[in-house]
Amino acid sequence: MTAFASFADFVAMDGHSAYIWSAYGLCLALMALNVVLPLLARRQYLNDAARRRRREALR
Amino acid sequence: MNWTWLHKWGSPKWFYDKSGRFLPWLAIASALLLAVGLTWGLAFAPPDYQQGNSFRIIYIHVPAALLAQSIYLALAAAGIVGLVWKIKLADVTLQQAAPIGAWMTVIALATGAIWGRPTWGAYWVWDARLTSMLILLFLYLGLIALGQAITNRDSAARACALLAVVGVINIPIIKYSVEWWNTLHQPASFSLVQKPAMPMQMWLPLLLAVLGFYCFFGAVLMARMRLEVLRREADSRWATVEISRLLKDRT
Repeated sequence: MTAFASFADFVAMDGHSAYIWSAYGLCLALMALNVVLPLLARRQYLNDAARRRRREALR
Repeated sequence: MNWTWLHKWGSPKWFYDKSGRFLPWLAIASALLLAVGLTWGLAFAPPDYQQGNSFRIIYIHVPAALLAQSIYLALAAAGIVGLVWKIKLADVTLQQAAPIGAWMTVIALATGAIWGRPTWGAYWVWDARLTSMLILLFLYLGLIALGQAITNRDSAARACALLAVVGVINIPIIKYSVEWWNTLHQPASFSLVQKPAMPMQMWLPLLLAVLGFYCFFGAVLMARMRLEVLRREADSRWATVEISRLLKDRT
């Protein structure tokens, strides 16, 4: 079914493992970064908004 | 012609409401398409008869490179809409899509370099395709820098829109670079209108991966734009209510 005889063959990629896995690893890491950074920015914004509102409520 | 739909889409509140309903579906579609497409491409597609298994980098390299160019076209389109109709949401689109486009260009260049080593024997050559993609990255970085350097929002929007529209000349150069010049880079291997130059077992996972990358862009862009709209509209009635709701949901 798969193009490989065993899982070890799949990992080895016929001697191209270093290229395949570094390319995929880098790509997925950068895509994850594109998801995480906006989520962090959103949390930061809401934290700031909450702080602003507390300060205004005191006044 | 009736342009009311455009102005409706230009309303920040309308966009915020609609995109909130779209976003989860885009995210789910993207995760599914990428999971299936990349697993298929990595483990099930047959190896290439010349390149062996190293060709499997195609399943991330081609989608990222296509998306990097499409995003730039979207920036130019947003630039024209912003310049002609003075719609503020166009600037939000441009500013929020540019970083994603830059990252996609980085992915295309990096995976291409890694692919080049076993295939051409070099990580980098100054061939027309690679050089024009590097110029695309500089255009993206220039747009991001320009958008942040000008403090007046309207001036920044106009400057970025102009740069985006002028820079679009680079897109046909990238596309036809492999035909106009004698490049090491191979000609286009993925097309929706032509018969695929590879067997279905190789092409279908590529199609899924491409669709997955586009949905990924859609989802990340929506998420980024929603935050930026909330930021810019923070003083308006609906945004105040929405921020209260978000803060309440958090606790």
